Parts: sequence; structure tokens; C-alpha cells
Amino acid sequence: MPGEAVRVRGLVQGVGFRPTVWRLATECALDGEVWNDAEGVVIHIWGDRVARRRFLSRLRSEVLPLARIDVLDTAPLGGTPPRAGFHIVASRSGAVRTGVVPDAATCSACYADIADSGNRRYRYPFTNCTHCGPRLSIVRGIPYDRARTSMAEFAMCSRCRAEYADPGDRRFHAQPNACPQCGPRLWLERAGGAVLAADDTIAAARRLLTQGQIVAVKGLGGFHLAVAADNAAAVARLRQRKGRYHKPFALMARNIGVIRRYCAVSAAEQALLESPAAPIVLLEASGPESVSAAVAPGQRTLGFMLPYTPLHHLLLQGLNQPIVLTSGNRSDAPQCTDNDAARTRLAGLADYLLLHDRAIVNRVDDSLARVVNGTPQLLRRARGYAPVPLVLPEGFGRAAPLLAMGGELKNTFCLVRDGTAILSQHMGDLEDATTQADYRRNLTRYQALFTHRPERIVVDCHPEYLSTKLGRAHAEREGLPVVAVQHHHAHIAACLADNERPLESAPVLGVALDGLGYGDDGTLWGGEVLLADYRGYARLARLTQVPLLGGAQAVREPWRCAYAHIRAALGWRRFARQYGCLELCAWLRDRPLATLEAMLAKDLNCPLTSSCGRLFDAVAAVLGICRERAGYEGQAAIELEACVTQAALETAGEGYPFDLIADDGLHVLDCTPLWSALLDDLMRGITPALVAARFHLGLARALVGLVIRLGERPDVHPSGPVALSGGVFQNRLLFETVATGLRERGVSVFSHRRVPANDGGLSLGQAAVGAAADTRLVKPR
Amino acid sequence: LSHGGGGKAMRDLIDDVFVAGFDNALLASLDDQARISLAELAACGDRLAFTTDSYVVDPLFFPGSDIGALAVNGTVNDLAVGGARPLFLSCSVILEEGLEVATLRRVVRSMQAAAAAAGVAVVTGDTKVVPRGSADKLFINTAGIGVIRAGLELDPSAVRVGDVILVNGLLGDHGAAVLNARGDLALESDIASDCQALNGLIDTLIEACPAVRCLRDATRGGVATVLNEFALACELCLHIDEHALPIREEVKGLCEILGLDPLYLANEGKLVAVVPADGAEAALAAMRSHPAGREAVRIGTVCATPPATVVMATLFGGERIVDMLVGEQLPRIC
Ligand SMILES: [Fe+3]
Ligand SMILES: [Mg+2]
Ligand SMILES: [Zn+2]
Ligand SMILES: [Zn+2]
Repeated sequence: MPGEAVRVRGLVQGVGFRPTVWRLATECALDGEVWNDAEGVVIHIWGDRVARRRFLSRLRSEVLPLARIDVLDTAPLGGTPPRAGFHIVASRSGAVRTGVVPDAATCSACYADIADSGNRRYRYPFTNCTHCGPRLSIVRGIPYDRARTSMAEFAMCSRCRAEYADPGDRRFHAQPNACPQCGPRLWLERAGGAVLAADDTIAAARRLLTQGQIVAVKGLGGFHLAVAADNAAAVARLRQRKGRYHKPFALMARNIGVIRRYCAVSAAEQALLESPAAPIVLLEASGPESVSAAVAPGQRTLGFMLPYTPLHHLLLQGLNQPIVLTSGNRSDAPQCTDNDAARTRLAGLADYLLLHDRAIVNRVDDSLARVVNGTPQLLRRARGYAPVPLVLPEGFGRAAPLLAMGGELKNTFCLVRDGTAILSQHMGDLEDATTQADYRRNLTRYQALFTHRPERIVVDCHPEYLSTKLGRAHAEREGLPVVAVQHHHAHIAACLADNERPLESAPVLGVALDGLGYGDDGTLWGGEVLLADYRGYARLARLTQVPLLGGAQAVREPWRCAYAHIRAALGWRRFARQYGCLELCAWLRDRPLATLEAMLAKDLNCPLTSSCGRLFDAVAAVLGICRERAGYEGQAAIELEACVTQAALETAGEGYPFDLIADDGLHVLDCTPLWSALLDDLMRGITPALVAARFHLGLARALVGLVIRLGERPDVHPSGPVALSGGVFQNRLLFETVATGLRERGVSVFSHRRVPANDGGLSLGQAAVGAAADTRLVKPR
Repeated sequence: LSHGGGGKAMRDLIDDVFVAGFDNALLASLDDQARISLAELAACGDRLAFTTDSYVVDPLFFPGSDIGALAVNGTVNDLAVGGARPLFLSCSVILEEGLEVATLRRVVRSMQAAAAAAGVAVVTGDTKVVPRGSADKLFINTAGIGVIRAGLELDPSAVRVGDVILVNGLLGDHGAAVLNARGDLALESDIASDCQALNGLIDTLIEACPAVRCLRDATRGGVATVLNEFALACELCLHIDEHALPIREEVKGLCEILGLDPLYLANEGKLVAVVPADGAEAALAAMRSHPAGREAVRIGTVCATPPATVVMATLFGGERIVDMLVGEQLPRIC
């Protein structure tokens, strides 16, 4: 009897793959077996050729929502089926590396269950199935089964158990399977007080929201604070209580229809909003209605998401306005995950708490994404994406397992094994004690979940990054080698890996623009052009260097960057003489400039930087945007971009000039002409919108010119590709203008898609550079 | 000053400046060594404490103190925080050719005043003059001998969960004063160095709270560094409260402008003490009764997790890791 052995690799475990194989094989009248093993799934089928062809083509085309087939190999198989019919059998190898899949938004079948008054899960907020529901957020260990999740505390009732055991049911082996009889429960508490009795708890919470109350909602990966987005007073109260005055809040709306009242939504954006990952999507706020201005001050975009758990669907039922759904904690601290912590830490923030008794094991933030030129780009990679392994490009297959520790802010770490890179969810600022505790716990948990033992540790070159210190300490304890990777090299390598550039490829130009990263000359970089591959880089060009007056204080106070740039371009005396009547000049005179000068003279806490982010800060501060103090990281640059109007872009012309000069073998994009032209515009009373537009366009033009110029080098391919990376490229206007400019000149562009351009993607680049340094991957010559 | 070699001119300088300045019998004998009675030492305790430190500071004189007082108090404090009673110091100076004798005299006077205040004697020493440019004006090395009280064992690995963390007063004054004096920072400021000997305060503290776990003077690297050293030694979390940190508004203001964290600023008369919770009140009261500890406060407590870490509850309601710096304060924000 003719048989076939099928080997499947990819995301095929814990996603209902084996039951689907069982259903298809049964429908195609094949005999055989399916099981999980260390590398994925193995299928043995016996039957006629036509049936086998039909089975394989359906297997490829009917891929489940949460599954991903990377490899599907077939080989002829002799013998006969061990028994009649098709069977799911126990795993055959000892060490099954099941891994864990991401949390997924409620599927349409489960949504239908909770909406159907005849269904036993009608309005049940914890409904899920193999195609949706909690995963990473509830898992404690492997193998991924109910006993090792926070569902272990809930014993399944007989009906749930029957679904769980039936390969024909979509809840077959759905580990978090639950129903109102046996699953988690929800209740509502007054902050610092008693449980509120209500016939319909969720309706009561919804009523509180419509009354302008702040409700802490225990969600999937953490607590949110919710408030009605159209209630300006309530939103203001939330800002006051959180001590977060500027940073935009995310919104959740019942459906796309509600979102469209506030924002334009393209087909690609809608697909992203409705995907199983259900991220927050940044949308242009150009709908007929608007939310309270306090939701996203100084922005042209709103971040919207759709309900992604039954709880959220039920909470928003019938609401025709969006709600603010922001992280449940003070200011920028990570969100609470357990009830007791929420009761104490959110006591002064929320009026009520909507709680449940399913523990959140792993904090998983909402992901943040946007669509550029029809392509989704992730800005924060967490819920719905982590920990999906990213397949590393060709050539990395044999790299030894390693651990890349990531950056300092927006931290993620990355495990490499078997040619794939497993990025942790976004964790945030490691200086925050809770974030660092998460980081340490997740390092341990991911290594357990993916049965990973690193053979090398990869860190940033910055000696003071907490991730660097932890990584070095870990390596020393375990006796492992450490690879230190320069920050911007890691950014470019992340971009190459994101674009599947094979290991053995020619070096490319990489434009890395960001805040600050430790350079190999001990200065702080951030406006660099590198010629790089995974194995190394040469720094070919940089932006003007200016002193960072007071180190990190210059990041918090953008005026310091304005002063440093003006001083470098013109000198203070010439500025004061030529532009003395500008309001800016009088404002700066009131600052402790003599002290800054003394600091410079004595080289006291004035490290040099070529940062592009700080140039944005300087321009913003000159325009009076965020001049005195930044309320959140990147605020000045974000608001500078938001202040550019379409009308301004159309009348802006070419933008401000930059000079290209040579300094010690480096090309330097010199800002001096920019500053004269910009200040002249201010003297003429040109609007901030136009000045900001000219700055963006000028910088983009200068960067394109620089790349074209560097393309003339014999070691650079003139038509690219050119990799664009670093947090500054989250600036959509700059990114699109540079990318378009390059493509018009015949240069192809690599940009980020699956990992953020900011430091959230850094660990992928570190991992790729660390793996490329592996002597096992010898470069063939 | 232009003396080289070991001739008559040098001898005159030593007699004139040092012997007269320090004025004690052991030194005045000008032998190659000071001879100290073992019986006298043994009466003070059961172990000898021996330390050395070199002092280089620019400028030599700064508000509140100078290199001389620093060289005496620094070494006295290094002995005292180990639980020792400081007794004898050495003083070795390296002078740059051209240094004013008057300057040297002023430094030695200051050393003698500090030694007298701390109850120690400078009993041996050495002087070298090096060519111009080979040293910056004046370097001082002091070594010190003290005797540790019988049975007293100060050791940060003895710190336990629930212990209380105390400091004896305002933090960062010395670092701020020196920065201000060195940098000519164009700031109106009367911040003065806190340079002082701590042995008297420590006597009072140990008497009131004999179970004190450990002490350390928060010199270079500031309180943040001492707390981290303790946390590493006991593998516990030293948890401090930003609200409780005693820092002068002027020091905060200076740090704000310079972009420095006052927790890492040097002190020259401040110590961190960890005491068991049940002895904390007595320890605090005793410290406050002493002139060197009038502004003593409790700044935090010891918890179990995260291990070997210093965490600060911030003014904004967050919790921040206060880590040990590898080098200088360098921005980490990208
Ligand atoms: Fe970066
Ligand atoms: Mg010492
Ligand atoms: Zn479902
Ligand atoms: Zn049930």
C-alpha cells in the first residue's frame, strides 16, 4: 500500500494543528497517524495517490489562524498502516520542544458563542478555543498543557472535558477551555472598598464608564485603566491621577464602524486591526468626529484597537464611542498584573476595579503597529506577536544557541536556536525595578519554554546598560563567551534580518538614526551611515557632533540641544547679534548659559554626540515645541512631525540645506547651513508648520544625497539595498521622504516590518551579529 | 619651592613646616620610624586596623575644607567605619617644584587641626619634591593605624531582611562644593564640603546600638556605590526612599543643571549604617545627639528581592534601579 511521510515545521504545535490533520485525513479517507516531535509535526498517511494529493493541498491551503507552515517535506513510505483509520498519537521523541504561541484575539466562532443567547457560553467573558484566547500570558512552563498554565486552578466540567477530548471539536486540546460552570469569574469592586453586587457585572462596569468613572480592567496581559474617550473631564482626571500629561492614550472601539467615525481606515489597516494579533494601530485622525483633545495632545494620529477578548467585546457592547484603554499604573511604569498589586497601586488612580480570578502569569503589553505604503510595521512587539519565532535568513541555520540581551529602553531580548530568532515581548525601561524583575523572570521562563541553553551571550557595547551588566554577569557565572555589538551595527543588522538578507551577502549602506548609542570611539552616536553586513561594519558618515550639555539631562530638556546646535553652527555671539530679536534668544538668555559654558570648558558631563534624535529635539525646541522639558521619551520629535501640515509640505520647497564635509576620513553631514536658513525663516515670521516641513524635507534630501554619494564608492553597490533603521525612522514623514527619494534614484530600500526600527528590535540585530560571529558559519571564499 | 635631594634645605623645610606643624614627640624625634607601644594598643581592642589612601584634589582649597583636612579625615574614617579607634597617621607628601611654601604651611595647619579634632597624631612622614609638571601642586598619602574594639564584627554580609538603613546627614555637599570650586561654574552657591572625622560619631553609634551590622563612609561614588557594595555582599535588596534622602536644595539645583545624580556625588564626612530594626531608633537618636550626625535620618530598609540590588522608590511613585556605575554617568537613553 503506497504511503507518505510528511514532515511539517513552523508554528504547528499548540494551535490545533493535529486535529486539523486528523479532520482532513479522515475526510480524504486516509489511514495513518500524526504526532508532535522536537521539530514540529510528523504525519504518516496511507491511501491512493489522488487522496494523498488532495490531503496535502488542503493542508497547505487551510492553514489555521494561529499556525504557520515554514517547511512541508514529503518522502515515500512503505509498509502498511499500523491500524485502520487515522489517529492522533502521543509524541514519540522524549524532548518535545513545543514552545508557546502568542495570545490571540477572540475568533469569530467564539464571538458567535457569546452573542448567542441559546449557547451555554452566552456572555461568558473567558470563552476561547484552539483558534483564539490566552497563551503566553497564562503559561508557566512546558510542555504547554493546562496544568502548567494559570487555568490549572480551574477543573473542567464534564461538558468542557468532552470538548477538550474530541478531535472533531474546535476546543480539542484547547488548554484554557472554560465555561460559566467551571471557568474563571468576574467581579467589580469599588477602589479601596467592597465588591459591588450586580446582575450583569460587565453592564455595570460599562455604565460606570459612561458616567465618567475610571475603571481598572484586568485584561489579558495586564491591567488597563479605562475611561470614556469623549468625556474630556474624565480623561483629564485620568491624566492628572496617572501623572502622565502628554503621552497619547490608546483607544478601543466596539468595531471598525466606530473607528471610522474618528479615523480614516485603509483596507490594510482594517486587516491589521482585525488580525488575531489585534494590535493598537496608529491611524490618521481624519474622521468626521473627534475624541477629547486630551486623548492624544499634539498628535495627528490616534491609536485604536478592537476588542480582543470576550471581556472587551462585552464591555464595549452597544457603546458608540471609544474608550481610553491605557496601561494600569502610574505614569510610564509597567502595568499591574495581579489583583492585590492592583488594589494597592491603582487605588489612587481608578474609581472601580473590574477583576477576575484567572492569574496573569506573564505581563504582555498591547502591541503597536502602523501601515506604511500598504505594509504593516510594528512599533512595539508584544501581545499577539511574541513569542512567534522569526526565521533567520539563509546561512544562519547552524548557528549555536545564543542569548542577546537587548538595549536599555524598550527592551526585548532574543534567543537564537535552529536558525530561528525568538524575541521576547516588549518589556520597557530596565531602570524601572518592575520591568527589570520581569526581564529577569522572562529570561528564565523563555529559556525553559524553549528548552534553550545559550552558548554565548550578546550585549550592547554601552558599559552602563543594565542589560549589558546583567549579560556580562550571567556569562561570567556560566562561563560563556560574550560578544559585544555596537548599537547602530545592531540596528542595521536587525533591519537586514527583518528583510531576510542572507548571511553571505555583500555589505550594504545602513542609515541608523536614533537617540543615543555607544559608539566605538567612546562618543555617543545616533546619526550614522555604516557600511555593514552581519559580520562587521565601517562608519562612513555621521551628523554634526555637538556636546550633550549635562548628559541625560540634555535629553530631558530639549533646549539644551538647541543651545548646543546653535552654538556649534553660529557661536552664541553671532546668534545673539543676528537673531537677537527672536523670542528664542531672550528665552535662552534666562538659562544658566554661563554654567553650561563652564561645563564645556572643563569637559564636565558634556559627552559628544552625533545623534539625529537630538537634532530633532533642537529644532523642536527652537520652535517652542517641548522646549523646556520633554514629558515622555521622543515627545519633541513626535510633536515636531505632527506640526507639519499637508499645506506646509506643498509650499515648503526643497527644505533646508546641509553641507557635506570631510573630517578625518568620515563624511560629515554638517548642520551649519540648516541653522542659518531656519533662523532666517523665523526672523521672517515663517510658521512653525513650514519650518518643520522644511527641516524634514531638507534632512531627507541630505540623507538621500549622502547615500548616493557613498554609492560611488567601489565597495558599495550603487543601487542598494540601503537599510533604514533606528527609532528616528518611526518618523513617518522622514521615513517616507527618504525611502521615496532613494527609490526615485534607483536605490532599493530595506525598512522594518516584523520588528520595530527602535530599540525594541535591537536584540534581533545583536542576535544576528552574534550568530554571524560563530566560527561554525565559516565564510566560503 | 625648589628643593631637590635630601640636603640641608629639605631638612629645614621638614623641621619648619612638618615637625612644627604636627608638634608631637613621636614625630619630633625624626627617626626613620615611629615606635608605638604594643601594650598601649592592646588596651584598646583585639585587632589592628591598618589603611592607606592617597589624596589628589583640584583645587587644593575649596569651600568648607582643603586637601589637608581631607587627607586626615579620609584615613581616620576608613579606620573608623571598620569599627576601629584611629590612633596614628603617617603623612607623605609629593610636592611640585614651585609650590608656595605658604600653601604647604596652610595645608599642614589644616591637617594638624583635623588630626587634633579626630584625636589622632601624625607620627611619621616623608617629603619629596618633583620637577614642575611631574605632579599637580601637591599630593598627599596618609596611612593610619587603629585598634578594633574586642568582639565587634562589622560586615555587610551580616545584613538581614528588615534591617534599617541610616545616613548621618546631608548628601553630596562635598562633591558639589568641589565641582563648583573646580569648574568656576558661574553659580551663586555657598555649598561647602562636609569634610569631617566620623570616629566620634561612630563611637556614639556603636555604644547605643552594639548590634550595628555595617558602616561605610560614602566617599567617591557616593551613597549609591556604598549601597550597592552592601547589596552585593548580603545578596539582598537595599530599598531606599527618594522622599527620605537628605539633600540640600542647592545641591539638587546644581545637579539639575549639571545633569548629575546626587546619589553618586562624593561625600567626605558621611556614612551609611545598616542596623537591625529593633536598634534603629536608638542608633538614630545617638547619631543625632552627636555634632557629626545632627541631620541623621533613616533612608530605607532591607528587603529580600530583587537580590543584590539597590531600588529607590521615586518621588513619582515608581521604583528605579540604582546601579553601580562601571565608569561615569553616561546617558543610556536611546
Ligand atoms: Fe537605538
Ligand atoms: Mg581608602
Ligand atoms: Zn475561538
Ligand atoms: Zn465547563
